[in-house]
Amino acid sequence: MSHQAYPLRAKLWTPGVLVLSALMAIGAVIIVARFIGGIGYVSNLSTARPWGLWIGVDVASGVALAAGGFTTAFLAHILGRHTYEPVVRPALLTAMLGYTFVVLGLMVDIGRSWAIWKPMFNWNTNSVLFEVAMCVMFYVTVLYIEFIPAVVEQFKGKVNLPGLLGKLNAPSEFLMGLADRILGKIMWVFIIAGVVLSCMHQSSLGSLMLIAPTKLHPLWYTPMLPLLFLTSAIAVGYPMVVFEATIATTSMKLDSEMKVLAPLTRITILLLGLYMSLKIGDMVIRGTYVYLLDGTAQTNSFLIELGLGVILPWLLLLSKKVQTSRRGLFITCTLIVLGVLLNRINVFIVGYKPPLGDSSYFPAIGEILVTVGLIAALMFLYRFIITYLPVFSAPGKEVSS
Amino acid sequence: MELSRRNFFKILGVTGASVVAVKGKARAWESKAPPDPFGCLVDLTRCIGCRKCEQACNDVNALPKPDRSFDDLTILDTKRRPDEKTFTIVNRYYPGKIDERDQLIPTFVKIQCMHCQDPACVSACIAGALTKKENGTVHYNVSKCIGCRYCMVACPFEIPAYEYFNPITPKVMKCTFCFDRISKEGGQPGCATICPVEAITFGKRNTLLKLAKKRIKENPADYIDQIYGENEVGGTSWMYISGVPFEKIGFNKLPSEPMPKLSETVQHSLFSYLWSPIALYGILGGIMWAFRNNGDNTEIENNGGAR
Ligand code: SF4
Ligand code: SF4
Ligand code: SF4
Repeated sequence: MSHQAYPLRAKLWTPGVLVLSALMAIGAVIIVARFIGGIGYVSNLSTARPWGLWIGVDVASGVALAAGGFTTAFLAHILGRHTYEPVVRPALLTAMLGYTFVVLGLMVDIGRSWAIWKPMFNWNTNSVLFEVAMCVMFYVTVLYIEFIPAVVEQFKGKVNLPGLLGKLNAPSEFLMGLADRILGKIMWVFIIAGVVLSCMHQSSLGSLMLIAPTKLHPLWYTPMLPLLFLTSAIAVGYPMVVFEATIATTSMKLDSEMKVLAPLTRITILLLGLYMSLKIGDMVIRGTYVYLLDGTAQTNSFLIELGLGVILPWLLLLSKKVQTSRRGLFITCTLIVLGVLLNRINVFIVGYKPPLGDSSYFPAIGEILVTVGLIAALMFLYRFIITYLPVFSAPGKEVSS
Repeated sequence: MELSRRNFFKILGVTGASVVAVKGKARAWESKAPPDPFGCLVDLTRCIGCRKCEQACNDVNALPKPDRSFDDLTILDTKRRPDEKTFTIVNRYYPGKIDERDQLIPTFVKIQCMHCQDPACVSACIAGALTKKENGTVHYNVSKCIGCRYCMVACPFEIPAYEYFNPITPKVMKCTFCFDRISKEGGQPGCATICPVEAITFGKRNTLLKLAKKRIKENPADYIDQIYGENEVGGTSWMYISGVPFEKIGFNKLPSEPMPKLSETVQHSLFSYLWSPIALYGILGGIMWAFRNNGDNTEIENNGGAR
């Protein structure tokens, strides 16, 4: 391949990174408070509202927005479109970090974090959540395995640990050599598994709410929820890649990867169009459009989700002008990403209104700070890893011009 | 990404075999409800709102003492829900009936876990910590629980509560149907034994259904013709009869389909014997093999130069 990924080696401690560190520190303090005073001490969760911001954003949205990992792997490795190779590793990194933080978010949210392993030995195959958990567990493993080559590429033949650790040099070299030789041959097993596992749990995240028909607003409650979750995850995969590649290349002053990104958005017209027609078709068939103008917070949230997050960006994508402009593409893809994010928030938070108990809920400041802290940590790690490991392959601006 | 011809045919074979194997075994959703469970019939025309059942429940389950005494009936002025310290509560409603002196007649409603026949909470529980027992109780085994609270999301009666202020070992808290007591010969739930006006009748669900129908039939003027819990969410072990429509006294209208039916049907038709993931694996493997020599590498060279 002509374009080898390389570590960016840019300055790490920029002002932006310092802000991230501050947010991480605040989030960490709240997490400590949660493990001293309990979930109730830092959150507004209640009997009627057992799931809030942490499940809606850290977990459900986190999984959806990490979909770029399996969609790009499908394109570049299963369909063999190697042109897209430059975006595969950044997307893989996002997915790996995204899922890691999904697990961390879960550890904060579940009451008995230390018992998180128990479902592995107490199967309830009727439980949708059980299936989601198993898939996420395997998929995180697959993502880590898929990322090994980036590490090996960087350190193979260069392991030189200082002092006492020096004894480990030879064994690490041996392990990396082994990984290099074996993984190259069997990576296809993990690549296909990653796509299969993703399809399974992306859709099952939607099935989670099927058991609560009296609680979820009819605009979202449909037997099609799993299909809508799957198609929206597939549709958001490439826009998410464009979104983060644009941000990363801008902030690291790299050449934009328009050559690769533009065709990705053309595929998105199809994928987002599929999601859009399913969503609108479902609304028409079930007749739920009767709610659309009743002015409640939920309905308005639905209108924003569908109008600004799905229909508008789809129309924008059709325009030649948007397709060829870096800025236009970025704005459009941001809309799509926010649309899917809002969808997950709507299904798990806004649209969830239990009829009997006190169903009011707005995330507590503690919940928000934990979520912000986790996202900051994710962004920090992302920047750290692209600085020191070969992830990006876009040449720096000054080099290319 | 070396997917060799031999490997590819290996996957294809396994896929085919497993899909065929499953097709024969796929079956429709079946209720897992026990055939002859215990239950309780609550007769709302009898309940006088004395809160004795609340007190008995607190005693037999060794729950923390409440802030306000059980004799304090002013608590009935507010609508309450069961919580992590209270498995059952009584609420007062004024559904609009008036007595001969033009005073509104109250209706008192006891709330606790319904011990559904096909419980949503049991189907949802990620680790099988909740189970429906042969004797009708929906039983919680804390040693399997991870605290995901999906049971609370699933329960249509919004019953399970959570110890949100216990940082490390919180539990899901809900009416136990006095599992230990009713497992003993002749044992009865605390709340049912204490009731001074016999508003709560404990017995086999089938017997209670007959009793309820008899009362409604013999006193048609006193009851509305509905047993709440006979069909709601596929039937519940706890059931209610009332003199006023249930919608007016805090009961929600629920489908007669068991809550887990749709999600379990979707889950099992997609994932029993993992047929669909295996099939998808095979298909993707096929695609990967077909495109293995998709040599657009030259293209990348050209594109690369243009950058
Ligand atoms: S009422 Fe709720 S908690 Fe009780 S058995 Fe039914 S679903 Fe479970
Ligand atoms: S909170 Fe416990 S009992 Fe409830 S679903 Fe989760 S593991 Fe099961
Ligand atoms: S059955 Fe037992 S646990 Fe349930 S409300 Fe009655 S006394 Fe309380």
